[in-house]
Amino acid sequence: MPAVVGVVVFPGSNCELDAVEAVRQLGGEARLLWHRDASLGDVDAVVLPGGFAHGDYLRPGAIARFSPVMNAVGEFAAAGGPVVGICNGFQVLTEAGLLPGALQKNAGLKFLCTTVALRVEATTTPLTSEVEEGTVLRIPINHFEGNYTCSPETLAELRSDDRIIFRYVDNPNGSVDDIAGICSAGRNVVGLMPHPERASHPLLGSSDGVPLLRSLLATAANSAVV
Amino acid sequence: MLFSVLVETRPRAGVADPEGQTIERSLPALGFDGVSGVRVGKVFRFTLEAADAASAQAEVDDMCQRFLTNPVIEDVEFTVTAAEGAAV
Repeated sequence: MPAVVGVVVFPGSNCELDAVEAVRQLGGEARLLWHRDASLGDVDAVVLPGGFAHGDYLRPGAIARFSPVMNAVGEFAAAGGPVVGICNGFQVLTEAGLLPGALQKNAGLKFLCTTVALRVEATTTPLTSEVEEGTVLRIPINHFEGNYTCSPETLAELRSDDRIIFRYVDNPNGSVDDIAGICSAGRNVVGLMPHPERASHPLLGSSDGVPLLRSLLATAANSAVV
Repeated sequence: MLFSVLVETRPRAGVADPEGQTIERSLPALGFDGVSGVRVGKVFRFTLEAADAASAQAEVDDMCQRFLTNPVIEDVEFTVTAAEGAAV
């Protein structure tokens, strides 16, 4: 049985099909979940994709967190299910309180669309379980509000609990402590600004996202959340 | 009772405001010298129906904390005044 990954579609999401394609290419089953769905069905993992959910009105993710599906995502996360928020999905997770901190406008006020070097800093998460610590991956970023910030107390906690899972090798957006991705205290909820699903084939310029997505599929296959 | 509400948000002290900094750097080019401390925020104006001023204040405070602002990066101030023409 292939692992089933649910990809949530909000009005304004635009990376959901990239995520679906990447999952299928690696042998997983991918299903689109509409934001008004109250249930996730029998998925083994959830991806909140990139885009501009609800037009990024108010703040990115601020309105998406009230979509009915987010209750189900919250319950799934609380039960230990793997949840990955990519780019706008990361913003949704912080607004929903499933991950700490916030993402503000890039230092330099530029929309950044480029490929960056990303260092894997922690491997005990659903997205990095099959990658060695210290591995440097080339993954695209595509954001205006990717500048991660949090209180000094939260930052200390993230560091001491080994919850900073990706750092930029060359910080492009002003994120505190070069943070590109973090995980929850339970380690099953992951948010990152770079797009591993866009680095899923050599023809796309990089296939460095593949080990990350393989990690997710392996974790999902062993996920016991019903 | 009807109340007029004005909510103002701004980046929290200590949180970088690249938009404000860029505007501040641009002003001298137009001859506006001596400007400092530019912070860019948002303003919300709306009308609220509530039993009395205290409950209107409490409701606005709640919506600010839970929705209108992100307390991690934004500070907020608001004023609640009896709307003109409202029956008292």
